[in-house]
Amino acid sequence: MIFSHFIRAGLLALAFAGGQSFAVHAAPAANPPIDVKVGFIRQQHSRDTVSILDIPAADDGLAGAKLAAEDNNTTGKFLGQTFEIVDVPLKEGDDPLKALERLAGQGVGLILADLPAPDLLKLADAAKDKNILIFNTSAQEDWLREESCRADVIHVAPTYSMLADGLAQYLIWKQWPRWFMIKGSHPQDELFAEAIRHSAKKFGAKIVGERTYVDTGGGRRSDSGSVQTQKLVPVATQGIPASDVIIAADESDVFANYLPYRTFDPRLVVGSAGLKPISWDETHEQWGAYQLQNRFFKLAFRGMNARDNQAWVAMRIIGEAANRTGSNDPKVLRAYIVGPDFSIAAFKGERQTLRPWNQQLRQPILLGDGRMIVSVSPQEGFLHQTSELDTLGYDQPETKCKLQ
Amino acid sequence: MNFQAMNFRQRNIQDLVPDLGRSAAAACLIWALAALCPAQAATAYVSNEKGNSISIIDTDKLAVVNTVKVGRRPRGIVLSKDYSQLFICAGDDDTIQVLDTKTLQIVGDFQSGADPELLILSPDGKLLYTSNENDNLVTVMDVATRKTIEEIPVGVEPEGMALSPDGKVLVNTSETTNMAHLIDTGTRKIFANVLVDARPRSAQFTPNGKELWVSSEVGGTVSVIDAADPKVLQKISFDIPGLAKEAIQPVGIRFTPDGAKAFVALGPANRVAVIDVASRKIDKYLLVGQRVWQLAFTPDFKYLYSTNGVSNDVSVIDVASLKVVKSIPVGSFPWGVAIAP
Repeated sequence: MIFSHFIRAGLLALAFAGGQSFAVHAAPAANPPIDVKVGFIRQQHSRDTVSILDIPAADDGLAGAKLAAEDNNTTGKFLGQTFEIVDVPLKEGDDPLKALERLAGQGVGLILADLPAPDLLKLADAAKDKNILIFNTSAQEDWLREESCRADVIHVAPTYSMLADGLAQYLIWKQWPRWFMIKGSHPQDELFAEAIRHSAKKFGAKIVGERTYVDTGGGRRSDSGSVQTQKLVPVATQGIPASDVIIAADESDVFANYLPYRTFDPRLVVGSAGLKPISWDETHEQWGAYQLQNRFFKLAFRGMNARDNQAWVAMRIIGEAANRTGSNDPKVLRAYIVGPDFSIAAFKGERQTLRPWNQQLRQPILLGDGRMIVSVSPQEGFLHQTSELDTLGYDQPETKCKLQ
Repeated sequence: MNFQAMNFRQRNIQDLVPDLGRSAAAACLIWALAALCPAQAATAYVSNEKGNSISIIDTDKLAVVNTVKVGRRPRGIVLSKDYSQLFICAGDDDTIQVLDTKTLQIVGDFQSGADPELLILSPDGKLLYTSNENDNLVTVMDVATRKTIEEIPVGVEPEGMALSPDGKVLVNTSETTNMAHLIDTGTRKIFANVLVDARPRSAQFTPNGKELWVSSEVGGTVSVIDAADPKVLQKISFDIPGLAKEAIQPVGIRFTPDGAKAFVALGPANRVAVIDVASRKIDKYLLVGQRVWQLAFTPDFKYLYSTNGVSNDVSVIDVASLKVVKSIPVGSFPWGVAIAP
């Protein structure tokens, strides 16, 4: 049985190779062939994670972009377009501006950036007036889209406020409006906590109290870790006021994943652990996502995480823009992407478009527990005059962004 | 209106008589023309994507009379030319099953390649074309031998399948490539690729073969393509007061046999749009069940059946009055529908 599968796979591969050579002839002569080169500047994410499932792979993010490049190339063979990624992984302390300069020197003006927000902003400012277009595939900071928004950046990753609103809508729909918040002590944690406070106000929930879990450093993992956490977490959660859920703001992945099943009182955990708002998860399979997950697994031998998916979407946006405009010029692609005709299909049940005022990709937010997707926001009944997706995150009337 | 209805019937007879060997059936059809014979009971087959079953509906009784367990994730279904067999894409079993419509037993399968989703039969009934979503291929199979004859590479996530009325052009839509691929069925090579809006799901030629209509689920439009010079002539968009534009997701398309009207299923908009083909304007939106997906006419073209995935039912539309006359509960997540006389 396994043997016959191998033969079959071989035959398919042959058929495919044959098809590709024919497809070169099928490319319409009207469109001049173009090569679309995309640089990927990426900083490795921390390997200090509470769960071993979350340790980033060496090709974290990159694998998503690679898959989209393959998808784009399949389409491209009918149009005479090829897509290629120039991978620039950075080590701790490497200067992303040098990477940008190097890529610009090779004529690469389309950049995927998986970088901390301050680095991304530096990159955007350095790229200004240079016909470079940057796609933010991971930074979730609202300020990058608000007071520090830049015209040469397209934001594919959702913001903290979009994530918090996605979770909040579900909690309101469930009629669980009393939240007790435990937040971490890092600046990122405070950003997510602030987004959660904003969501509570926006949708009429009440934060009945807050505690801060101070990160005292040290490793996340030990051979007998469960013995200690089982005793520590009840103490840390003792005496909290009556609430429907504990909402954790732990973007630094220090403590939140220790909370479920260990709280002093039996209590649901949401936020950075338990039921998490996410842009993507390897368990998402609705709306044809199963196909994308299959393709990704074949390529990377692992599940697709949110950063992989955001890089996939970014690269697909580039593919879509190149297909439609027949160009690889960043300013032509940007004009299409920020224009009224742009939308992208990304396996979340509806078309995704760009918020023109800050170039943030509108998108549904998944709510997952790591085993499956529990729900998808926006929730039914949260209405909006333009797009229900704009019930997630800061909306146009409250924006501080002046694109430049 | 009357004139059109008359027209349907005449065409219907012409289409069906050569297919029906039995003189009794032909006689009844002639009676039907005189409107003296009660409507011919037809049989509707509905694939239930999550139910792993086929619901069988008696169109006279407007009720499910049988449910047959089949392979996993049945979606696209099509009847053989003599209606004796139903071909079922069982995507999660990577196979196309053959259901004997008399005994209701699975009598065989096609090695279709991975994850078949939709399929279409050549006009002579000899070839079956299917789209393999996971492998970016269209597979051509011989119905008699059930062998794969050819695999044609297409775009990413091939889905919708259509044949021109003369059978010379096969169309495949690829969901992530956003193209309609036009394939010469003689050479089995792609001769044109037309970019359409995001996630094209279904393709259908107008009965005169002059236009190809392609629905884009995520783009929210139907592209009207000139079949002779494959280019988009117009994109039809939909605007339903009180509904978010993202909820309008066109999928299944069917034309009345005179080519005057098109019906387009609009997915989570829970409506079927009725389009005047000549003006390409929307006449009406018919409220059906939730997440309406695929459509099929009864053999007399009096009724149109729609599969409604989320509400687990089928809506029956009266074609003449453009009214939804019945909802029939079926299995879990109905997807495809095929109707035999």
